[in-house]
Amino acid sequence: MGFFPYFVAAWLFVIGLWGVISSRNLVRTVLCLVVVQASTYLVLLGIGYRAGAKAPIVADIPTTSRLVDPVVQVLVLTDIVIEATVAALLLALVVQAHKRFGSVNPDDLRPLRD
Amino acid sequence: MTHISALPVLVPFLAGPLLVAVGQFAPRWFNDSLAAAAAIASAGLCALLAVHAAGHPFPYWMGGWTPRYGTTIGISLSIDLLGAGLATFSALLVCAALLYALRYFDAIEGLFHALMLLFMAGMVGFCLTGDLFNLVVFFELMSAAAYALTAYKVEERGPLQGAINFAITNSVGGYAMFIGVGLLYARTGALNMAQIGAALDGHHADWLVIVAMVLLFGGFLTKAAAVPLHFWLADAHAVAPIPVCVLFSGVMVELGVYAVARLYWQLFAGSLAAHEVGVRAVFVGLGVATALLGGVMCFLQRHVKRLLAFSTISHVGMFICGVALLTGKGIAGVGTYVVGHGLTKAALFMCAGVLLHRFATIDEYDLRGRGREVPLVGVMMAVGGLLLAALPPFTTFMGKSLLEESSSAVGYNWLIAVYIFGSAITGGAVLRVVGRVFFAWGPAQGPRPAKARMAREETSEQRAPRTQTPPMMLIVPGALLVGALGLGLLPGAVPGIDRFAAQFVQHRAYAAWVLHGAHIHPPILPASHISADDYGYSILSTLGALGAAGLGLFGRRLRRALPRAIAVPGASVADVLHGLHSGHIGDYITWWTAGVSLVGGVCLIVLR
Repeated sequence: MGFFPYFVAAWLFVIGLWGVISSRNLVRTVLCLVVVQASTYLVLLGIGYRAGAKAPIVADIPTTSRLVDPVVQVLVLTDIVIEATVAALLLALVVQAHKRFGSVNPDDLRPLRD
Repeated sequence: MTHISALPVLVPFLAGPLLVAVGQFAPRWFNDSLAAAAAIASAGLCALLAVHAAGHPFPYWMGGWTPRYGTTIGISLSIDLLGAGLATFSALLVCAALLYALRYFDAIEGLFHALMLLFMAGMVGFCLTGDLFNLVVFFELMSAAAYALTAYKVEERGPLQGAINFAITNSVGGYAMFIGVGLLYARTGALNMAQIGAALDGHHADWLVIVAMVLLFGGFLTKAAAVPLHFWLADAHAVAPIPVCVLFSGVMVELGVYAVARLYWQLFAGSLAAHEVGVRAVFVGLGVATALLGGVMCFLQRHVKRLLAFSTISHVGMFICGVALLTGKGIAGVGTYVVGHGLTKAALFMCAGVLLHRFATIDEYDLRGRGREVPLVGVMMAVGGLLLAALPPFTTFMGKSLLEESSSAVGYNWLIAVYIFGSAITGGAVLRVVGRVFFAWGPAQGPRPAKARMAREETSEQRAPRTQTPPMMLIVPGALLVGALGLGLLPGAVPGIDRFAAQFVQHRAYAAWVLHGAHIHPPILPASHISADDYGYSILSTLGALGAAGLGLFGRRLRRALPRAIAVPGASVADVLHGLHSGHIGDYITWWTAGVSLVGGVCLIVLR
């Protein structure tokens, strides 16, 4: 695997940020944010990966088996929970914004223009 | 004693969901009392931990998973006086905000209280944790609660936009932090901060460690609103309910600076020891940019909540400078200043809340002269303005003096000018508001009249007629101001912070007490005395604030008399600055990317 997952992660991070920057639709903005977050999963899982190793479920395999690192998998699970919370909250805000502004284009959201 | 360590987090964390479950069926007094009881209990527990940590700092290992031979297995809370003190301060501000909210909203459900308690659990855990990943998780917990609280008035347009900008910017910062944590775990195989620090020691910081540091600092400085990652802050503050603004400005933003200090000293201080000069230069630069831009933007506002928000940015810039000096005294100065500033700013937001509650607008020109109905608020705002300007000999002055001493000690004398400018212009902006609102001084028509609309309430938070201000809304800010005046004058308070800050910056001692259970006592220091120069600087900043306020109120003719060669570029710079704060999330993330890339690039060049 080598550096491959990290290249993909860097690509996802950058392309996701570009998506957030260039979106004309807030739903797309939130989805691009999820793409940025996907890069963190890849980084974490890539760090724990070991070639030829088994999933870290130690109940029914010999204790000498090679396992992938379970710690990063736990981190990713936490990360996914956070992502779900933030994405759900943001999408709810976007729905509400659509009701109030009649638009989900960030160009049309003007009340806070300084 | 140490077994209560997790309770200050657990109590609000359990009480919050309980309120969601029963809040809509229970009478209001029940919700209020349950929330207040949980908040007060948590504050008391934090204070107990702080007292215990004053003897010697101690780790608490969840589930009894203590380290074996200096290797961590479990997850720790690593409690030292600065962390526990900051947790106590956050918890007390939550109590004050809840008390203030008793009469601030007419229609209120259990949800508001529940979110406040979750927010509190996040902040307290953030201060106490000794685990890098938990630090990030507590960051996300408090952030998620904060996004929802910003959009609490979900039927209005401003809060929606403010919360969306806040949530997206801070989430991007959070993801950068996740990658930073991953990279450090890959290098060291550890998540405990002491263990990571010990593993990094003795090795030169290579590109991987520097990239991890920049990503982590980038995330926390997004929360701390360092320029150019600061755009979300003014938007969120302008629209969030007042009790929420109190917590945002009073302590949440400062927690970002705390995390940067904690990470530098506990993780990177060993491996970057040879590069202190470089680290100092980069982050002092960032702090100065933040202090200056925040100050100028503060003075350009007519929306009082936005004005206070930019004033927070300016002060955070000074805090970043103080931490970036990389000295114990700098940390002591920031600690003192954070308490003084937090109490003052909380009180000022509460005063703004009284005006908003009564007159349904928070525009400086709309309010001209109307403040005479509530003279006490005028007195409190004037005191607050003077405290922001670091009037001697109160708490903010003590903090600023320590910062000045520590700047001179490392050869950054010129920073004193930045501190004076930041204090004077932010204090001056508040005093200008006092003059206009409570004395009807200055012209009635302001620049950018379209901005007044943004400052008016769309729907009222309060349904009853507003001819009266509930006493609680005056008592709470009054009490906070008394604290801001008095705390720094308590004998032993500032020397105490000095000693514990000196302990905070002992990189190796931290590993000793966390990993090996050593009893480390804070060093005995000669009491730092405040020199006549410091009084001079602060008198200068106070006079500067009065001058700036006078200029803002009566200076229109003077400004007209300026030669065109100065006036025209000045006005266009102001226009450009206003234009940058466009409220557009795409612009904000562009600035975020540019800022983090720039700092990262500079660090990779300077620190290798």
